[in-house]
Order: sequence, then structure tokens, then C-alpha cells
Amino acid sequence: MELTNDWYLVLSVAMFVIGAVGLLVRRNPLVMFMCVELMLNAVNVSFVSLGTELNDVSGQIAVFFVLVVAAVEVVVGLALVVAINRRRADATADDISVLRG
Amino acid sequence: MSEVIVFAVAAIIVLSGAVGVVISRNPVHSALFLIQTLFGVAVLFVLQEAHFLAAVQIVVYAGAIVILFLFVIMLLGVDTADDWSVEPIAGQRPLTVIAGAALGGLGLALVVVASDVLTGKVRSGGERALDERALDNGFTDIERIGRVLFSDYALSFEITAALLTVAVIGAVVLTRRQLRSELLEDLEAVSMDLPPAAPATSGSEAPTPPGEGNTTAAPVAPGESRAR
Repeated sequence: MELTNDWYLVLSVAMFVIGAVGLLVRRNPLVMFMCVELMLNAVNVSFVSLGTELNDVSGQIAVFFVLVVAAVEVVVGLALVVAINRRRADATADDISVLRG
Repeated sequence: MSEVIVFAVAAIIVLSGAVGVVISRNPVHSALFLIQTLFGVAVLFVLQEAHFLAAVQIVVYAGAIVILFLFVIMLLGVDTADDWSVEPIAGQRPLTVIAGAALGGLGLALVVVASDVLTGKVRSGGERALDERALDNGFTDIERIGRVLFSDYALSFEITAALLTVAVIGAVVLTRRQLRSELLEDLEAVSMDLPPAAPATSGSEAPTPPGEGNTTAAPVAPGESRAR
């Protein structure tokens, strides 16, 4: 058996689906953020594997930027969670629906 | 063959960690499972000779992001388990499973059927990448990334710096405690807007009355925020 690029892509799809299902099912904002991280990591795996496949370092550069955006997203998101929790404790995603248009 | 074994072990680590994140009732356990997944992904990066990214993955993700998660969990005391018995939106979970299966099927179909299109082989016509970008040009991993990142992607890199600055300022502004004078101004504005007959509609979201203003400005004890 030889390790091909498709194996990585299949793993990436599986990770992405688990993250997406978790994002839809869970109600705790913190766990929802973790599921977003799962999805971002799934994309990172596919980026690196496609970069290896095409013999191009650009895939790894893309992962680098995804990492930065993920860090930024978590910082702002957790700041929002803290700000919301100051007004009402134990807020789930359903309780934060006051902002709907 | 040994590569296949490493891949299999890493894939098991990654997928079991991912499932653990989703099904753990306690957010702390979810965060720990997330670390497991991230280490598995780092192993996959090493397997593809992206050593720098593997190191960054562990330092930035496991060392910074997950610690941030844990810190917020501990800070807020969100240690209560999720109540799975309530389903806020009727039929959401079956629909989610169907949507997930559809998404997975679509992804697998893409990988199996359109693999060459997906990898960009068709688009690039199988040509070799530019020498400075090629993975077999004799440079080490970090040299290669550094050369490309600070030449072709220099502008993106600068914008990343701006993005990080904005995020830090945003986080500080969002979590900042209101000054007492601003709180009083807000209170005056709210009391002018509200019709006198319905003060109760503002409920828990109304600012604290002037008499308690000084207690709000004082540092809040850890237990106090949870009690509110």
C-alpha cells in the first residue's frame, strides 16, 4: 500500500464534516468555536497535502495565513463571549438571539 | 509502508479527537480533545515534510489558542454540562446528520471523481512550479517558506500585522469595563428614552441604578459575575 494524496483529502473531508456537524449541533459558544477550529484544521491538512502534490510551497504559506486568521477569530470571538457573559451568565447560542435583524 | 502506519495512527488520533470535541459534555474536555486533534494534525504535517508548520501548529494552536479557550472557560466558570435533552429547534439534529452526510458525500465524490481537477493538476498542466517555490529545490523548509513569504506574499504579510493589531484592540475594547462616568451617561440616555410607564421592560439588560454605580466600577469578584 502506498500513501497517496487522496488519503489526506479523505481525512480532511472527514474532519471538516465532524466540525460542521458539531457547529450545528452544539449550543455552547465556546464549543462552537472549537468546532470552527476543527474545520480550519481540516482545510489546513488539505492545503499542505495539495501543496506536496503540486510540489509547491504556496500551500504551506496558505496554512500560515489560515493560522493567523484562526488566532484572530478566536481572540475576538472569546472577547465577545466574555462580554456577553458579563451581562448574563451561561448564555447559549440560543440566548444570544437578540441581535437578529 | 511505515508511512501508511504513521498516517493511520495519526488519522485515528485526529478523528477520535474531533469526535471527542463534538460529543464531550464538558467544554474543558472538548478543549483537551481539540489538543489531541491538533497534535495529530502536526504529525501529518511532519509526515509531509512541513516541519515548520508542524512546530507552528503546536506552538500557536496548542500553546496559544487552546490555552485561551481554557482560560476563558475557567474565567467564566462555564463548567456546566450541556443539556442534550432539549432540542431548541425542532428536527434540527436529524437535519444536521443529513446535511453532514450530504457534505461528506459531496467531498468524497470530489476527491474520488474529480481528483485531478481538485489538486490543480489539470489547471497547471502538470508543469513544475517555479524553482523558488518548488519543494525539491534543495532549501530547507523554513528557508523556502521565508523566501516566498517575504517576497511574493510580503503585502499579505503586512496586512496580517494590521489584522492582528485590530484584533488585539478589538478584544481590549470588547472586554473593557465601562467607566463610571460613561455608565452614568448611558443611564441618563436610557432613562430619557424609556416611557415612564414601562421601566420593567428593560429587565436585566438595563444598567445598574446610580446608587450601585460605584460597585460596578469596582473590580468584580470571580463569584459575583456568575451569580448575576
